[in-house]
Amino acid sequence: MSELAVPSGRPARGLMALLHHARYVLSENPVTAFAFGLFLLIITAAVFGPLIVPYDPYASNTAMALKPPSMAHWFGTDQLGRDIFSRVVVATQLDIFIAVASVVLVFLMGGLAGVAAGFFGGWTDRIVGRIADTIMAFPLFVLAMGIVAALGNTVENIILATAIVNFPLYARIARAEANVRREAGFVMAARLSGNGDGRIVLTQVLPNIMPIMVVQMSLTMGYAILNAAGLSFIGLGVRAPTAEWGIMVAEGAAFMVSGEWWIAFFPGAALMVSVFCFNLLGDGLRDIVDPQRRT
Amino acid sequence: MTTLPLLDIRDLTVEFSTRRGIVCAVERIDVSVGKGETLAIVGESGSGKSVTSYAVMRILDRAGCIAEGTITFSGIDLRAASESDMRNLRGREISMIFQNPRAALNPIRKVGHQIEDVLMQHAQAGSQDVTAKAIELLEQVRIARPRERYHAYPFELSGGMCQRIVIALALACRPQLLIADEPTTGLDVTTQKTVMELVVELTRQRGMSTILITHDLGLAATYCDRVTVMEKGHIVETATARAIFTAPEHAYTRRLMRATPRPGVSLRDLLPEDAIARPTAQVLPIAADKTPLLVVEKLVKEYPSQGASRSLANLFRRGPAPESETFRAVDGISFSIGRGESVGLVGESGCGKSTTSTMIMRLTDATSGLIQFDGADIGTIPAKSFARLAIRKRIQMVFQDATDSLNPRFTAARAIADPILRLGGIKGRNAVRARCEVLARQVGLPLDLLDRFPHQLSGGQKARVGIARAIALHPELMILDEPTAALDVSVQAVVLNLLQELKETLGMSYLFVSHDLNVVRLLCDRVLVMRAGRIVEQGPTNQVLHAPEADYTRELLAAIPHPTFEPESNHARSA
Repeated sequence: MSELAVPSGRPARGLMALLHHARYVLSENPVTAFAFGLFLLIITAAVFGPLIVPYDPYASNTAMALKPPSMAHWFGTDQLGRDIFSRVVVATQLDIFIAVASVVLVFLMGGLAGVAAGFFGGWTDRIVGRIADTIMAFPLFVLAMGIVAALGNTVENIILATAIVNFPLYARIARAEANVRREAGFVMAARLSGNGDGRIVLTQVLPNIMPIMVVQMSLTMGYAILNAAGLSFIGLGVRAPTAEWGIMVAEGAAFMVSGEWWIAFFPGAALMVSVFCFNLLGDGLRDIVDPQRRT
Repeated sequence: MTTLPLLDIRDLTVEFSTRRGIVCAVERIDVSVGKGETLAIVGESGSGKSVTSYAVMRILDRAGCIAEGTITFSGIDLRAASESDMRNLRGREISMIFQNPRAALNPIRKVGHQIEDVLMQHAQAGSQDVTAKAIELLEQVRIARPRERYHAYPFELSGGMCQRIVIALALACRPQLLIADEPTTGLDVTTQKTVMELVVELTRQRGMSTILITHDLGLAATYCDRVTVMEKGHIVETATARAIFTAPEHAYTRRLMRATPRPGVSLRDLLPEDAIARPTAQVLPIAADKTPLLVVEKLVKEYPSQGASRSLANLFRRGPAPESETFRAVDGISFSIGRGESVGLVGESGCGKSTTSTMIMRLTDATSGLIQFDGADIGTIPAKSFARLAIRKRIQMVFQDATDSLNPRFTAARAIADPILRLGGIKGRNAVRARCEVLARQVGLPLDLLDRFPHQLSGGQKARVGIARAIALHPELMILDEPTAALDVSVQAVVLNLLQELKETLGMSYLFVSHDLNVVRLLCDRVLVMRAGRIVEQGPTNQVLHAPEADYTRELLAAIPHPTFEPESNHARSA
């Protein structure tokens, strides 16, 4: 039987296959590899930051205030003599936590609502669509400010605000993708196999729109970091002594005019690098999770 | 032909760089097409026939490159031509019709405008007459109600109509060379006939040359002057159509011809002579019970016939809405299927055969009528709740497009296991796996392929996975919705034999939905011929196909392109 000729190489399985595939994608695409390197660095800083930093990020030392970068203080010190390097590294944890939590939250809310809207259509679609429209009608950052101002200046509320602001994006992407697949042969086949609608959504439709959602999650990570930092910058986020990039930029901004550029510069650079990293990562992730690329 | 050929391909080698190194898709082939000549390139999937045409158009994807050889088109070296020269040639001088019409059309643009775009792009029409010309083109490709269809979007049209639009696009600028890549694969036989005749007519009228890339030997024989047979990137044989069909030289050509369904052969005849006969298991005795398994009476399905634009218009219109706003896809059909019987449901696209099968499958609700399965009225159960009923597993289906019907993120084993897990009542990982393996053996799918994803399987393998999934629950009635339409003839031959064998061993009844009378002839006991939602003729297969009563059946039969050449070489003979 000629058609049984094997079209591709050995069948690989599970985790090993994924690792192989990841290695292939990384070696094919050095930019992705670079982004992954940065990502690992950020994660390391987020997890082990408090353990590895040379100074206590909250210990002030007025004798050492406003010192430019040196061998002792790589990123210099701020107006209270706190070591900026330590503060930037420690802040990673909070910023990444806010970003990850809000992205997961928005994926659960927006992604599932969108899939349901696209798959079931009708009233579900209308309701989800109108909610998304309503959110879109506000200037997003102002909406986030409003939510935090109304609910209170806590980390949870920053997460919630960031998630709500991103809701329409997720709902719409998931809706469009699910809608295309609603009539797909494999969905019909699943129905014939005795799957109910709920199961079809979760096992057939959702896994197939994961690649695009993962890319979206990575891209929104960058946005979520910026959003959290932005809220803190204008004083609506995390409060002052806490090490957080947004506040640090805000604090340093006052000193820019008098020439102490490093106070705002390094947390700003950390923000930029992490946003950049997540944006690059999005594309790389898509290649890894997309089965079509796994030839 | 004394003059230079219009298109001359010498020593062409096309390579693709993939993860596993460089793959040669086409190796050192020579093809030439004279002015006004029609050449068919015949081969099965993966033979490199499409790649050859992409190389000519210089539209190989990034991984592919022309490694060697020359391509000359009326004196121009296409390999060396600049991209802007190529853009000028494409569409105006060399046009191409693609395999998948839906992919070739812009889904968000009205088809009329897409035709206009081409006309304007190549300055074939001015802004005054462009609409008229576009409608004229729609007429030429036999689109009914062209003025109305001009405003249609591709998704509103059937696959056949989309392909006709694509053909209209390709012919819009009256090119010198038309490359038709499986142009009629998704089309009805009668449409295929009109389209091919149109292409042939234009070829003659304007001295246009055509390369017809097809897997269908019959089509190549009927409409082409010369035929080139390709296998795995090589040309195995090139000869005149007549020579190749009366005296094929190469073994591969002979095998291909053998696998093509045609009148007067049985299913077994399609397989290669040396095929090992699979030991046929004992044939289940079919219950002597004469009550039919499935009875369908006066089945009707209506759809609202207007698009969104009309409903918007309704908002602003005063007075009652006009009558007859529904379209009857299925218009009161009645038939029955006995136990162990296979019934062919034949008709062209849009005749309602797919709607009928989805209604019987209980994926759609009927507007009215009776569907009785084994004495139980299943037509009244809403499609939504049918999925969870026990009766679900007694009616299963094999889908037309094996690729589309497999979840890309499920392995073959997971796909086959799905119905077993839901309705099969088999518990435990190992038991389910064991059942999958039994099924895989039954459909002839090698066990090591079970852990692959659909995109790692060939078309035939995917078809087998689909069949395995359908028989997993021992259904009594199986609906086969053109299960072989997307397969190569040799694979089709194997799959058809497999289906026949499974029917005998498992005692299933088949409703075989198809547009291909030659395939129906092989597999079915009885045939229903449908047209525009009604059954125009039904009866035993032999009677319907040899002594058709309805004009429409005769028309269908006449439209089948015939691979065998009469000694007098008379074209397009009818059965």
